[in-house]
Amino acid sequence: MDERVLRIIIDAFPQLLLFCVRYTIPITILSFALALTLAVVIALVQYADLKFWRKLCRFYIWIVRGTPLLVQLYLVFYGLPSIGVMIPAIPTAIIVLGLNEAAYMAETVRGALESVSRGQVEAGYCVGLSFWQIMRHVVLPQAFRTAFPALGNSLIGMLKETSLAATITVTEMFRKAQEINGRVYESLALYTEVALIYLLICTLLTWLQRLGEKKLNALGGEKR
Amino acid sequence: MKILEVHGVRKSFDGQEILKGIDLTVEKGDVVAILGPSGSGKTTFLRCVNFLERADAGTLTFDNRTHDLHAITKKEIAGIRQKTAFVFQSYNLFLNKTVLENVMLGLTTGRKIGRNEARERAVRALTRVGMADKLESYPIQLSGGQQQRVAIARGLALDPEIIYFDEPTSALDPELIGEVLNVMRRLAEEGMTMLIVTHEMEFARSVSNHVLFMEDGVIVEQGSSKEFFEHPKQQRTRDFINFILKVRN
Ligand SMILES: Nc1ncnc2c1ncn2[C@@H]1O[C@H](COP(=O)(O)OP(=O)(O)OP(=O)(O)O)[C@@H](O)[C@H]1O
Ligand SMILES: [Mg+2]
Repeated sequence: MDERVLRIIIDAFPQLLLFCVRYTIPITILSFALALTLAVVIALVQYADLKFWRKLCRFYIWIVRGTPLLVQLYLVFYGLPSIGVMIPAIPTAIIVLGLNEAAYMAETVRGALESVSRGQVEAGYCVGLSFWQIMRHVVLPQAFRTAFPALGNSLIGMLKETSLAATITVTEMFRKAQEINGRVYESLALYTEVALIYLLICTLLTWLQRLGEKKLNALGGEKR
Repeated sequence: MKILEVHGVRKSFDGQEILKGIDLTVEKGDVVAILGPSGSGKTTFLRCVNFLERADAGTLTFDNRTHDLHAITKKEIAGIRQKTAFVFQSYNLFLNKTVLENVMLGLTTGRKIGRNEARERAVRALTRVGMADKLESYPIQLSGGQQQRVAIARGLALDPEIIYFDEPTSALDPELIGEVLNVMRRLAEEGMTMLIVTHEMEFARSVSNHVLFMEDGVIVEQGSSKEFFEHPKQQRTRDFINFILKVRN
């Protein structure tokens, strides 16, 4: 490798890392939090069989899962301003990513809720708990444990999806790499570098996910 | 003193009538055995009485207040459940909670009793079923018999006026049945009012004082336990008792 390329890679590294820490990671965390909150609400609505709301949720999931994320981003960022709805780029990225992932995560959470036996819910009623108390103390904690691995995968997926925000002018890590490349024309080196940073973070997250699973299992009285 | 009286309980599933008008009166201290072949509606009856299923018709009198089983409100249900307990065939312990937490949850969260008092009551209940040495265990670390005893303690801690049991030993390995029946026998001796669906004939004969025999959603015969086992009036009852005894031996 010639010295110029090496120089470029080394110079780019702190900048990429800075934009990763400043934008990629916060956008991931915020959109994940939004997705998880919404997913739990959607899943609970379906689990509790609230008639009207349930239909609404199915409709929402149908729309979101049936359209590409990139199209959703464009629609909100470039499309909505023409009817007077203008949301800045970063909030748009957070909201669209969050709303999108929520539709998928809701199914994960719902499956996890369903995996807790209805008998435990009935037992909860019989000892005088309300539906929401049963959810809070019995069903959700167990469902969380079941859903944890899949939620971890969602988080990793979302980290990578934040790179799509580059297309709606958000200068996160990937767009920063594009900008640097615009000056120095070293696509192979720079995009490899940015790919490796994504890979590094995902590896770290996978490792944390494993650790979390172990912790959760130890907590819940796995058979000894 | 009358604790519970139900009248004309009816329930259909998918257009098929499973309960066709069941009546029962339970006095304080009664141990009532509900017997009958599989599919006769025993579980459904018990579930209707504790509102896990909504009956299509019938009345329920508890604490001298009569309710329409079909129209009873959530609030009335909550009120009655404060004074009853239910033991399931499949235990249904909360799997994310320890033995102690299982018994405490209804007290702390359901009844807003302080943690210290709740803990004391839970330990006392667990002592009564011989499970005080497993406070910190999780349900899956226990045998079926132990789980069922914890489930009984979970009900006992609520200080109920009546406990409903739906085949509490049917899911157990034969060698574990005895420990659960012994706990129930002791409760009966202490005067606990119990309504028990069971296939354990010997237990029903020796512990219950009243028997209700049902088939196809109707009561075929009911009366004192002694009368029922020694001089059954109905031919159908005699056949059933003989059949069960034969299967057992
Ligand atoms: N939720 C339900 N939906 C539809 N049918 C049901 C439901 N629950 C019970 N049944 C039907 O009602 C009938 C009576 O069932 P039930 O469980 O009350 O009988 P059982 O006397 O408890 O029998 P077993 O001794 O086998 O426990 C059965 O034919 C059963 O299939
Ligand atoms: Mg049954």
